[in-house]
Amino acid sequence: MNKTGLNKVFKNYINYLIIVAIMLVTIPLYFGGILNDSSFVTPNMLTQMAFTIILVMSLNMVVGFLGELSLGHAGFMYVGAYVGGILCCYLYKSGLVVQSTHRLIICMLIGGLAAAIFGFIIGLPALRLRGDYLAIVTLAFGEIVRGILKNTKIDPAEGPLAGLIKNPATGFSLNSSKGKFDGDLFIFAFIVAIVVLFCIQNLMKSKHGRAIQAIKDNEIAARTMGVNITYYKLITFTIAAFFAGVAGALFANYSVVSYAQFSYNYSIEILVMVVLGGMGSLTGSIISSVLLVFINTKLQAVLTGDLASLKYLVYALILIFMMILHSAPKLAGLREKLNWGYVSGKIKGIFGKKTKNVSIVETEVSSNEEN
Amino acid sequence: MKKTKASVRTEVLDKYGRPVDLKEEGMDVQVEAYRIGGGFDLDIKIKKEPPKKHDRPIVLKATGLSIQFGGLKAVDGLDLEIREGELYGLIGPNGAGKTTVFNMLTGIYKPTFGRFFLCGKDLTGKTPLEINREGIARTFQNIRLFNSLTVLENVMVGLNNQVPCTVWSSMFRLPRHMKSEKIARERAHEILRIMGLDEYSDYLAQNLPYGKQRKLEIARALATNPKLLLLDEPAAGMNPNETQELMDTIRFVREKFKVTILLIEHDMKLVSGICENLTVLNFGQILASGDTHEVLNRPEVVKAYLGD
Repeated sequence: MNKTGLNKVFKNYINYLIIVAIMLVTIPLYFGGILNDSSFVTPNMLTQMAFTIILVMSLNMVVGFLGELSLGHAGFMYVGAYVGGILCCYLYKSGLVVQSTHRLIICMLIGGLAAAIFGFIIGLPALRLRGDYLAIVTLAFGEIVRGILKNTKIDPAEGPLAGLIKNPATGFSLNSSKGKFDGDLFIFAFIVAIVVLFCIQNLMKSKHGRAIQAIKDNEIAARTMGVNITYYKLITFTIAAFFAGVAGALFANYSVVSYAQFSYNYSIEILVMVVLGGMGSLTGSIISSVLLVFINTKLQAVLTGDLASLKYLVYALILIFMMILHSAPKLAGLREKLNWGYVSGKIKGIFGKKTKNVSIVETEVSSNEEN
Repeated sequence: MKKTKASVRTEVLDKYGRPVDLKEEGMDVQVEAYRIGGGFDLDIKIKKEPPKKHDRPIVLKATGLSIQFGGLKAVDGLDLEIREGELYGLIGPNGAGKTTVFNMLTGIYKPTFGRFFLCGKDLTGKTPLEINREGIARTFQNIRLFNSLTVLENVMVGLNNQVPCTVWSSMFRLPRHMKSEKIARERAHEILRIMGLDEYSDYLAQNLPYGKQRKLEIARALATNPKLLLLDEPAAGMNPNETQELMDTIRFVREKFKVTILLIEHDMKLVSGICENLTVLNFGQILASGDTHEVLNRPEVVKAYLGD
């Protein structure tokens, strides 16, 4: 039981610290020219990390905090990417918004809203279904969205959107003549990730977050304690879908928006990251998305062609390893050492050695923690 | 004859020989004793009559409350009348339908027939949320705490409806959010202090010892600011010492929070110790109803509990 003030402050800001730390390391390297498309870590990989962080955190709201299994998160992202991407092109070609940062912000908001509408619609059956049944509905939703968008041909002969989607099945991609973001996308994406983190973390630490977690822990008790289950389930699905849509709009400026990208496998991949990071842990979500995107990109370079699907084997091995680490009785000692309380005690210990008095106080604190 | 004033110690006992605190009953009696010759003379003046029990307003009234699961009548024609400030017991053998009554009163089940009223307002068929807002809160037989939240947060969930604050203001930490969080935290600490749980406020609810978890359930229910508190077997799994402590807690809660309490219990010591009135259920029907000690001595009640 950690009761020390320092720990609480750390716990509140550790999530921001992780993202800021990544930015502090990568941005100077990027502008110094060391970090480029052929380096060990590429800007593309960083962009992918940033929108994956957003995606995983938003899915964690539904799976980790609300406790409902959702298998259609890629569907929400697809909606956001589709709407956001088309809007980006439209705003650019029609000359309505010239500044590309403003354009991307508008696209993210509108793409997010479009996804949020679908989130609301999916939230409606979520009120009556739970567990496996809801998972099936969300799974079906993802596939339906994919099917619809795959077969929707929006390709007017003239006007701002001309030539954007030639073949709906392969999707579309933005480029500099179609309103693609012309700045450093990964920096922008990380800033968006921080904003999203701010929103989700605040929400989860408020009375609404407590109500959502109460629903997960015990729905009947939550109902009799006056928690409005209907409202909170809908709002959680809607907000999670909104942020997935935001991630989608970022994605539209990063790669090809194609129906193959947002398949069922992608939803599962996001879910794996949530589970790996820990249900209801935003810190875990951030770390696992950074880690898995990194592994994924590196594996893709090694495993080409038919071998590509071997990456799921690697995911499985990582998950099994994490489960063993998390609950094997023989590793209890190791877990103790990986515990945040232990680590922060050590950190304080290092700082505490500067003066004699402080070090005495600090050892008392850390010994209390161990009790 | 010489008449001198004498001092006496008076103690009032009820018909079962239990001491009664007159002030608690709302009565004011002045007793003066005189020594006359070799004997005593008592002069008893009743300054304030006690309010008659049936003068107190009715908090919960149920008429013909029934529920049927398929062919099984789990509760059949239950009538209840609970007055303000009362400690009312609902007892009966296992499977008599006691918890089903609670589930109907909190809106988890919808009664097949019959209605129930809280302070005169018909709440039949309302959702648990609406019923809780009207002022009925409960605890559960098998503890249902929010295990991944801390003790403090558990109580704060109970306070949710009393601190208005939108999702937006929480998301962006607007002043409204800060203010309502502060109020909620202070009130939660206050309730925990009253219940003697404040030192555990940072613990996860699941890490509390059993007795404390039961207390936390009561604290969480009280946080919703109820008029009527339903306690479902509060003493289940407690040792005699803990039960004694629980009895004190329940009495204390009633005074402190001005709530009316309806409780289900199997521990007869607890029931006869604190309940003023009782209803005994057997196979979903009322077997007996009335003053605790009178009811508990009725032959049909004894038979239902102990068999022939």
